[in-house]
Amino acid sequence: MFDFFKFFGKEESSSKNIAKERLKLVLIHDRANVSPSFLDMIKGDVMKVISDYIEFDKDEIDIRITKVRDEDSDFSSALVANIPIKRMKKIGKNPG
Amino acid sequence: MGEVYVITSGKGGVGKTTTTANIGTALAMEGKKVVLLDADIGLRNLDVVLGLENRIVYDLIDVVEGACRLKQALVKDKRFDGLFLLPAAQTRDKNAISPKQMQELCKELRDQFDYVLIDCPAGIEQGFKNAVAGADKAIVVTIPEVSAVRDADRIIGLLASNGLPYPELIINRLRIDMVKRGDMMNIDDTIDILGIDLLGVVPDDENIVVSTNKGEPAVANDNSLAGKAYRNIAKRIEGQEIPIMDFESDNSLIDKLKRLFGMGKK
Repeated sequence: MFDFFKFFGKEESSSKNIAKERLKLVLIHDRANVSPSFLDMIKGDVMKVISDYIEFDKDEIDIRITKVRDEDSDFSSALVANIPIKRMKKIGKNPG
Repeated sequence: MGEVYVITSGKGGVGKTTTTANIGTALAMEGKKVVLLDADIGLRNLDVVLGLENRIVYDLIDVVEGACRLKQALVKDKRFDGLFLLPAAQTRDKNAISPKQMQELCKELRDQFDYVLIDCPAGIEQGFKNAVAGADKAIVVTIPEVSAVRDADRIIGLLASNGLPYPELIINRLRIDMVKRGDMMNIDDTIDILGIDLLGVVPDDENIVVSTNKGEPAVANDNSLAGKAYRNIAKRIEGQEIPIMDFESDNSLIDKLKRLFGMGKK
């Protein structure tokens, strides 16, 4: 009767499920295989494109690859950019 | 024309050398002509696992540098005809050989043997690049632990970018008792994560330590479960259809009771 306690079901939180979940998350990041310089390249190009329309602080731009959970609760990667706006440039404003 | 396999893992200590020695010995037991190439220059161990450490005269680097002929460096196994070791140099480093030289060496070995098994060093640097350079096929060894599986995944990606897109997986040191408790990832979990074909599963077995102590691969021991798993792997490499051993069959009374109440594992 050594595994008597298993009758009360601890399957959900068994350590192998924790391992599996953690691995899945870390591998999404590993497989995306992005180096900081790769992200810097994206950041540079994004800044070039938006600088005609908005004013922003170069140091406050945050661009990263992150994991998102979709409806089927599968994980996938997303490129997320957070760009705080200082001021909209004239060209971007609604005329009238 | 023989086939060249590289046995790799990324992480150290998961059993690459033991796997190389056992699969090679099992293939030789099947009557094949096999050479085991230790690519772990500077940290050689395949010689001690095979019990051939006292017979080394020349090594891999001597061959590449032309200090001896290939035939002079090959160490013949003391028990199994057809099994040979090409030892690594112990006092040199990974840069003593180039991927191109390794390709040429593999080409030469392929003409003389049915199987060339390369024991790859841990890591993803020069030693890995050398070891995979001359290979036709790759075997990835992992153990069902987070760090080893993560490194295996990285290695699978690197193999693909080195022209080896379809490696096969060996899950080593599976602890059946822990799998049953839900405290170790099982075979399906591991395949699910890594997404490559399974070549074999080797259960954790004390006999491996004992046989390594003696320098006699476990495949030669009929009572070793791991030895049997390695013999099965060798047969699969030869194209035979051998099912994976059933480690998880519910035989105990408690398991039967659990199934009766629908509480057992799926």
